[in-house]
Amino acid sequence: MNTETQPFQGSLTDNSPDRKGHFGIYGGSFIAETLMDPVSELQEAYERYRLDNEFIAEFEWELKNFVGRPNPLYHARRWSQELGGAQIWLKREDLNHTGAHKINNTVGQALLARRMGKKRIIAETGAGQHGVATATVCARWGMECIVYMGEEDIVRQAPNVFRMKLLGATVVPVTSGSRTLKDALNEAMRDWVGNVDDTFYIIGTAAGPHPYPTMVRDFNSVIGKEIREQSIEHTGRLPDAIIACVGGGSNAIGAFHPFLDDREVSLIGVEAGGDGLETGRHAAPLSTGKPGVLHGNRTYLMEDDAGQIIETHSVSAGLDYPGVGPEHAWLKDIGRVQYVAVTDREALDATHKCCRIEGIIPALESAHALAHAVKIAPALSKDKNIVVNLSGRGDKDINTLADIEGITL
Amino acid sequence: MTRIATCFAQAAGRKLLVPYITAGDPDLDTTLALMHTLVRAGADVIELGVPFSDPMADGPVIQAACERALKHRVTLTQVIDTVKRFRESNQDTAIVLMGYLNPVERLGYARFATLAREAGVDGVLTVDMPPEEAADLVDELRKNDLDSIFLLSPTTPDARLKQVCELATGYIYYVSLKGVTGAANLDTAEVAGKVTHIQSFTDIPVAVGFGIRDARSAAAISQTADAVIVGSALVALIGEHAGNPETMHSTLHDLVNGMRLAMDRSAGAAA
Repeated sequence: MNTETQPFQGSLTDNSPDRKGHFGIYGGSFIAETLMDPVSELQEAYERYRLDNEFIAEFEWELKNFVGRPNPLYHARRWSQELGGAQIWLKREDLNHTGAHKINNTVGQALLARRMGKKRIIAETGAGQHGVATATVCARWGMECIVYMGEEDIVRQAPNVFRMKLLGATVVPVTSGSRTLKDALNEAMRDWVGNVDDTFYIIGTAAGPHPYPTMVRDFNSVIGKEIREQSIEHTGRLPDAIIACVGGGSNAIGAFHPFLDDREVSLIGVEAGGDGLETGRHAAPLSTGKPGVLHGNRTYLMEDDAGQIIETHSVSAGLDYPGVGPEHAWLKDIGRVQYVAVTDREALDATHKCCRIEGIIPALESAHALAHAVKIAPALSKDKNIVVNLSGRGDKDINTLADIEGITL
Repeated sequence: MTRIATCFAQAAGRKLLVPYITAGDPDLDTTLALMHTLVRAGADVIELGVPFSDPMADGPVIQAACERALKHRVTLTQVIDTVKRFRESNQDTAIVLMGYLNPVERLGYARFATLAREAGVDGVLTVDMPPEEAADLVDELRKNDLDSIFLLSPTTPDARLKQVCELATGYIYYVSLKGVTGAANLDTAEVAGKVTHIQSFTDIPVAVGFGIRDARSAAAISQTADAVIVGSALVALIGEHAGNPETMHSTLHDLVNGMRLAMDRSAGAAA
């Protein structure tokens, strides 16, 4: 398989992915035979409704009235001044209903599930944000909701587990493998295989078999579209750079996609560097991994020499995943997006800075993007504008932050 | 003629029995010994599971077997090497490697196919690689005279069924139920209807697996299927008797042999 970097000519948004969901050599549909039919049913439904005016209007109505969009593009003046270089702008996905970008996608997929006549919804979750966003839309439309969550994560993220239960969802503990997000995804796939007739699987990130990476990207592209409009409104032009954290990569691809053909806009994805890339204890497949196949798509993976998936580490549960969405893998290879990693320590420092200087508690995931902005802003001139996608709020992380400082809440 | 084709050709009306075990569970030496036990009990083809960290299509029994095998880092090349050792004393029983794509991707398709052929592997079934994505691997397997085995399921529509039959060699693996391996909701009458339907599209033998756990279900399925696959029921015994090799071999032998006898009796009664 040729994975050499190939300079890409022409539009990056036309025909990507191809008809079968390939972004270059990445993506595709690597799933067991029993799922081929429900996945192709989903492909057909998505192909139809993505161009359906009534569907689009309903989606936009929900984003405005239920999610609370548009959220602001906020000029972090004090922090920009302190850094002494480029202006930092925060795209406030943390202000969405349920506190993160995840709701953009679950609203879209729930509307699709309703049109397909599916009444039973399943989902996987790591930190619990996607689980909460799924439980929320299921309550909103009266659908049964089952969320698979690793046993380890259930202990680490108890408040989100309770939120899901309040919203009427059933949370199923996953005890196989490493008992974290990847195993929750395996278990949701197994549920789907056994219940293909009435079940819709709402995947939470821009990965999985085609059409998930495209569909999740499209539903989250509202982020990038708003950044474009708001940037022009505030500064009269497009931003010079957009920075977003990348676990599976749904907030990042949503922020980046509307800018892929604007080559003058730098796009930077930030992976979880954990204890540091050199330690091996991290969750940065694009920075250090190799292409392989997991969870229905070909992409960069954290794996050992024998092709077994290895355990990842990040202080941020939402980035603690050994794979990444296939479009990111492709954008890395063609060089359109730059992917970097920041460590747990750097992300934690940025979290505290954001709290104290801007009065915003960011999610630990989003703090990775902030940390990279802190690194590059001082060297840039003051007339440059950097947009950081603040993908979620940090209330969910207060226990983690307290633990690190040895404080019991 | 490949070894799998020979197995079916020589069956002469007798239905083939295809046990599955996970390689390296509890260790590779035991796997090798168990393969010989399976042959003595009446196995015609052995499906040797290649352990994977994320076995998405498997139920709890085979997941646990994968975890046991991976505890001591069993690799795809070691599994292939176990087949080579098996071939030192057995040239007749066909061996199919069954697993997930990523270990094969990591080794490289061409290298994998060459090593597998040299070791005496006969066929390859990659659970998470549908025919749509399989062209490159199938090419390499063909170059090495290895059969490409594909799955069909109760959800496969006829148009796809035709395509799969055109690409598949060796046998077609019909997944008898909507679910993961070892699930409990097997409906033998419904399976019989489906198998007959598939056979109307192709001359390739149809093997049936998922949910077959005892002599009775094996005999019932063998009324229509060309081969019967049993996996989780055997893997459960291996897990249960991990500390006692003697019991492990005898219980495994008795279950497989019971299936063999029930299938042969059922064939005799039908004739």
